Amino acid sequence: MSTETIKTSLPVLTAKDFASDQEIRWCPRCGDYSILAQMKKVLPTLGIPREKFVFVSGIGCSSRFPYYMNTYGFHSIHGRAPAIASGVKVSSPELQVWVITGDGDALSIGGNHLMHMLRRNMGLKVILFNNRIYGLTKGQYSPTSPVGKVTYSTPVGSIDNPLSPLCYAIGSEATFVARSVDVDIKHLTFVLERAAHHQGTAFVEVYQDCNIFNHEAFLYASDKTIKADHILYLEHGKPLVFGKDVKKGIRLNGMHPEIVEVGKGINEDDLLFHDEKAAEPSLAFLLSRMRHPEFPEPMGIFREVDAPIYDQRVTEQIDAEIKKKGPGDFDALFNSGDTWTVE
Amino acid sequence: MSSTEALAAQPQPDKKLEQVDSVVIRFCGDSGDGMQLVGTQFTNVSAAFGNDVSTLPDFPAEIRAPVGTLAGVSGFQLHFSSHDIFTPGDEVDTLVAMNPAALKTNVGDLRRGGTLIVNEDEFDKGNLIKAGYATNPLDSEEIISKYTLHRVQMTRLNRDAVAGLGLSQKEVDRSRNIFALGLVYWLYDRDAKPTEHFLQDKFKKKPEVLEANLRALRAGSNYGFSTEAFTTHYAVPRAKLAPGKYRKIAGNEATAWGLVTAAKLAGKTLFYAGYPITPASDILHQLSSMKNFGVKTFQAEDEIAAMAAVCGAAFAGKIAVTASSGPGICLKGEAMGLGFMTELPMIIVDVQRGGPSTGLPTKTEQSDLLLAMFGRNGDSPLPILAASGPGDCFTLVQEAVRIAVEFMTPVIFLTDGYIANGAEPWRIPNFADLQPIHVTHPHGKATPGHFETEDNGQATNANGSGNGEGEPEFLPYKRNEKMARPWAIPGTPGLEHRIGGLEKADITGNVDYSPHNHHKMVMNRCNKVAGIANHIPLQEIEGPASGKLLVLSWGGTFGAVRTAVENCIAQGKSVAHAHLRYMNPFPRNLGDIVKNYEKVLVPELNTGQLRLLIRAKFLVDAQGFNKIQGKPFLVHEVVRKIDETLES
Repeated sequence: MSTETIKTSLPVLTAKDFASDQEIRWCPRCGDYSILAQMKKVLPTLGIPREKFVFVSGIGCSSRFPYYMNTYGFHSIHGRAPAIASGVKVSSPELQVWVITGDGDALSIGGNHLMHMLRRNMGLKVILFNNRIYGLTKGQYSPTSPVGKVTYSTPVGSIDNPLSPLCYAIGSEATFVARSVDVDIKHLTFVLERAAHHQGTAFVEVYQDCNIFNHEAFLYASDKTIKADHILYLEHGKPLVFGKDVKKGIRLNGMHPEIVEVGKGINEDDLLFHDEKAAEPSLAFLLSRMRHPEFPEPMGIFREVDAPIYDQRVTEQIDAEIKKKGPGDFDALFNSGDTWTVE
Repeated sequence: MSSTEALAAQPQPDKKLEQVDSVVIRFCGDSGDGMQLVGTQFTNVSAAFGNDVSTLPDFPAEIRAPVGTLAGVSGFQLHFSSHDIFTPGDEVDTLVAMNPAALKTNVGDLRRGGTLIVNEDEFDKGNLIKAGYATNPLDSEEIISKYTLHRVQMTRLNRDAVAGLGLSQKEVDRSRNIFALGLVYWLYDRDAKPTEHFLQDKFKKKPEVLEANLRALRAGSNYGFSTEAFTTHYAVPRAKLAPGKYRKIAGNEATAWGLVTAAKLAGKTLFYAGYPITPASDILHQLSSMKNFGVKTFQAEDEIAAMAAVCGAAFAGKIAVTASSGPGICLKGEAMGLGFMTELPMIIVDVQRGGPSTGLPTKTEQSDLLLAMFGRNGDSPLPILAASGPGDCFTLVQEAVRIAVEFMTPVIFLTDGYIANGAEPWRIPNFADLQPIHVTHPHGKATPGHFETEDNGQATNANGSGNGEGEPEFLPYKRNEKMARPWAIPGTPGLEHRIGGLEKADITGNVDYSPHNHHKMVMNRCNKVAGIANHIPLQEIEGPASGKLLVLSWGGTFGAVRTAVENCIAQGKSVAHAHLRYMNPFPRNLGDIVKNYEKVLVPELNTGQLRLLIRAKFLVDAQGFNKIQGKPFLVHEVVRKIDETLES
């Protein structure tokens, strides 16, 4: 954030200050409600004045999000939110810009923009609501729907090979990659906070239940009675353990992860340890490839590394050029090159 | 010492110096032959001398087509004159052809009796075959009888002149174009000094190459001076332009400078997002080199992203601009619609090229007018301005910015490949004399510790409401007298609001699908754009205010059409010319103007796009004159059409 912000005496904000006066139009019990609630909780803790937040979204159920936040907001067009947010951020680096998108919006129609937004590493915060379905258009399969998924547009099952948002993000050189679950309130709050504090682009996938068109797609990751065996909470510098009694762990066998029982001759030191700061994204990628039901799906911060930040570099180049050439002089510009005078 | 000075010291052979009024020269050769460079140099020395100049570069679409082929021919035409000229000329007086392919593709434009200078050394069997000549055309009766042919062994002569510098043959031959330039400098009595300075600067790190080029320049000039083949050379006196200081400017350069100037005049940052595309890329290049003017450029991943980023930057309160050509404008259509719907100011430059689809990337056309008018879903009219020439790009793009910020709307700025790459003398303005552009942003709540809103020192609350304690909430769609909504920018405390592509309620801007509101909002947006007609100049006419024929043109055809109509008026014909720069909305007197003449002729480089609009809007039986060859109008073509129309 700019030094200007730090100097100011900030008004004390609460979640309420971030609620707009608009009636929320998501279906009752939609996972979006929880994400909205956690966001409203996190923002007042950041020490940033409310007017400096901008929420940019594309098209889809999740993209209604900005209407419900009492910040600056731009509900834009399908897939283009990363590009619109890039325009906001490059031109006004002092703003904290969040991108709200969905699996169809970000990975299908907007796949190209997402990749380039990630590799440029602007200070954007991206929340991808993954419900593995097109909800707003009433139930077609999305780029994250599993093979075999029966929808209105795949009456005999999808034959599209799905992709993992996190694999995509890591492959696109994202410097912050994380995952959480809509109803896992504490964890989601933690992840959103970490994303907000990351200096470059932060990419967060949230498993989100569409209770109308794809209900319980993530039951394995959200149901308190079973999730311990199906998800794994990542902690920096700690071994990868999971399970009801935290007796199971992930060990590397050559290049491949395998599930092992801790105890029977295997102790924690034999397990794979998480390193979110690893310069190379190999570990983060390996973790992003661990899919249910073969593996527990990791939750938390997969990767957080420092890298040059695009919007700051733009400003630095301008400053350097002004220092080198002096501030632009229009009359000197107009009179540059070969000139001649007509009497 | 310049080549002409060098010659002055020598005894003069008996050579006549004849005065001529104006000359059209075309240099043509392989795309690797440096024809654009010599054309530009000739232009610069002629402009610096005080001639009026107009140029037409003609690039091949392929970067490097195989050497010697027809597809690889690159040309540069230049018209220089002792009087005011508006076009690069109809017919070529002097053609310099560096190889058979260049001769074949260009000789048709050389006037009967014109001067033809060829590099004879390149007319070997291989090159003749590549150009599709069965026999050497230089020996043909047709060429010999029709033109004054000069067969110059340029390659050999140049090698002799440059020998002994330790350069490879390839490097030596690279200066052939400069030899040709030197020869033509002699032929038209040009001062080579500016070119020598240019070469000294260009090759300051390569002294041998510099020496080779200087020698080539002198050798070409000496050849013209000493050979018996050239008996006469020509002088074109200075033109009587309006007093002032001049420089040469090309359209894309003028557009870029105009944009930076407009942002400064508005007291705001210029944000430019673009994606490389011919013939608009030069605008991106130019602006990217102007970082010390505070310009932020962003090369986006595609045309869509460039347009979307522009929407974001406009929301953030910047002078936001993108430029492209037809195929890119198609891709931008969706985000342009968003810009229209959210009523944010931004500029979309369309440097038109031959279409449809990929079409003719390096050739000119005026076929995007209807795309600009109608290329978005829903009722979404945008203001459209079209520059009439290279210099006009500077002036008119500032007007586009003014309209954008005053009316809170995207504005389309049309140029074309012809004026984008063509150059003309430009009277240098004083920055202090340019009109400021007024931008206002509503102020937010003055909460302690909050920073001030960016503005240009003239911010008022006139546009907004609800900015202090106890006042009503901010109303992002409450309009002013011009029907513009307030431009409240992120970072302003108390004005937090949401915009988007969904239909919104009048005044509050909340999402609203109700039938009457939609009707009202569509009309509001359309009426706002239509109302711009009350804030732009009336249409001017050259010639009688009524009569037999009105020639109505727009955009880059100005030069040819104005020259043609002036010729006809001089011959006593009842013709007038109206040249449109405001394409949407039209100037408010245009409907009356078109009804004051018995006939209306609309010359366009398309199938009749303006004509369609004129007929639809004013119910006049406008006739078209349409040329779709990737080339601008020639003056005599327009004159002939005017004569035909008057007689019919």
